[in-house]
Amino acid sequence: MVEHKSGEVKLRVRQATKVYPTASGDLLALDRCDLDIRTGEIVSIVGPSGSGKTTLLWSMSGLHGLSSGDVELDGQKITKPSRDIGMVFQDANLLPWRTVEANINFPFEIMGQAPDKAWIAQLMHRVGLEGFEQRMPRELSGGMQQRVALVRALSFKPSVLLMDEPFGALDAFTREEMNHLVEEIYLDTHTTIVLITHSIEEAIFLADRVIVMSARPGRIASEHVVPFARPRSMEIMATKEVFDLTNVIKQEIVGDQKSMASRPRLVAKAAS
Amino acid sequence: MDSADAIPEFSKSDAGGGGAGVANMSALAAGPGIQSVRDVAIIAIVAVIVIGGLELLLNLFAVPQYVMPKPSEIATALVTDFWFILPHLGHTLVELFSGFAIGALVGLVLAAVITQFPFAEKIITPYILLLVTTPMLALVPLLILRFGFGYTPRIIAVALAVGPMVMINAATGFRRVDRGKIALARSYGASTLQIFWKIRAPMALPMIFVGLMVGSIFGLLTAVGAEMVGGGFGLGNRLTSYSSMIQMPQFFAVVLILSMLGILIYILFFLLGKKFASWEA
Repeated sequence: MVEHKSGEVKLRVRQATKVYPTASGDLLALDRCDLDIRTGEIVSIVGPSGSGKTTLLWSMSGLHGLSSGDVELDGQKITKPSRDIGMVFQDANLLPWRTVEANINFPFEIMGQAPDKAWIAQLMHRVGLEGFEQRMPRELSGGMQQRVALVRALSFKPSVLLMDEPFGALDAFTREEMNHLVEEIYLDTHTTIVLITHSIEEAIFLADRVIVMSARPGRIASEHVVPFARPRSMEIMATKEVFDLTNVIKQEIVGDQKSMASRPRLVAKAAS
Repeated sequence: MDSADAIPEFSKSDAGGGGAGVANMSALAAGPGIQSVRDVAIIAIVAVIVIGGLELLLNLFAVPQYVMPKPSEIATALVTDFWFILPHLGHTLVELFSGFAIGALVGLVLAAVITQFPFAEKIITPYILLLVTTPMLALVPLLILRFGFGYTPRIIAVALAVGPMVMINAATGFRRVDRGKIALARSYGASTLQIFWKIRAPMALPMIFVGLMVGSIFGLLTAVGAEMVGGGFGLGNRLTSYSSMIQMPQFFAVVLILSMLGILIYILFFLLGKKFASWEA
């Protein structure tokens, strides 16, 4: 039942370390992370705030460099953004002065190419947005905006999709819908997906592997295989395996913050 | 910073009808929308009552013309002297447009360049503030001394009034950096120039329009003021000339033309803003 993804390594992260210089000294955001993501795999990354998830993802996208270590895409070192990588950002990150259509054409404009109209039409149909091409982003709901962002990221057929807490701002139901949508699109395209999320449920539901990161400095703490065949239904979320896995991951994340509990308790004193 | 604004709930709750609520660039734009023929009729009736009432009162109390001419006399002056005043309006417009074009262009370019270099911006901003707060009219006598009574001193004064105003507003616009949107463009491999034209400039556009609007009004003010200081043509010159000859109906006719001009400029920028910057409602 376990889907063994034995494909080639798509993204290889080696000893990734990132230091941010700040006014109060250097901040070690990412400490010697090693991670292999294979072709056609969905990998979720979870971890407490400050565990360097976004830093790691941005390094994979080529949006910023590493202090040491490197990231390879198909064996090529990533030094700048590549058109093989599509990104979906926190909140939809649409350009509010452009229509839906113009937002989706934006990557092509930057790359100086004609948009792939047939493919975009298919994507729009797939996410249920046909007929909304001429709308402005503010006329759409949060879920619809994020669908537009998804279409935009997939419009130029990247082989890797990097998603940075894409559905954090959505309500639980819309979020579930979006999770199904991502899986459906994945089953159609077999795009390699790396997903950062705060929701352990979302991480498990979508991923072949869940990577847990620890905070300050950001390190890869553990890795869990999610052994369910696709397409998955929400029913798997009610199985004992998922329940146990959720608890294990939760423990790891909370345990990382346990030091909090060992601090002195607050004592409210009556004024004397 | 505006992640809370990312998912605005702009349902159809935006009542008030008639497309009101789009492109509220300033509080001035947020007037009540005109909704029906009845509204128009009432507005017209009130206007008639006010103007007619003024006419009646001035007649009733036999107010001398040099204190306040009757609306009918102003209207007559406007019609009979129209062809005489028209070239002067032309002169004022030439000064306004040339000064505005020069000032706005310089202001825009300066704002765009300066905001790329925060340190340079810190150094230059006090001087720009000084230019904004100094009434450029104060320089007109000096400019006339140097450039004579032609267009030149007036155009320079208008440009000096418009430029800093446009610059300071546009700079506010260009300074609005949205890391997310810039990262988005960069993720497609955008160059610095592409980021400027496709992200920074559109984001600055609403503030640029505010600058252009305020700048144009200041420009009109300065143009008329400069004409009043010296020279033989322009609407400002007509004002001083008519008042010195106590030709009050003509004087008020010119004032009326000036207010119309101001309103037209305002409407122009309001419509432009609505067309190009309505996304920021």
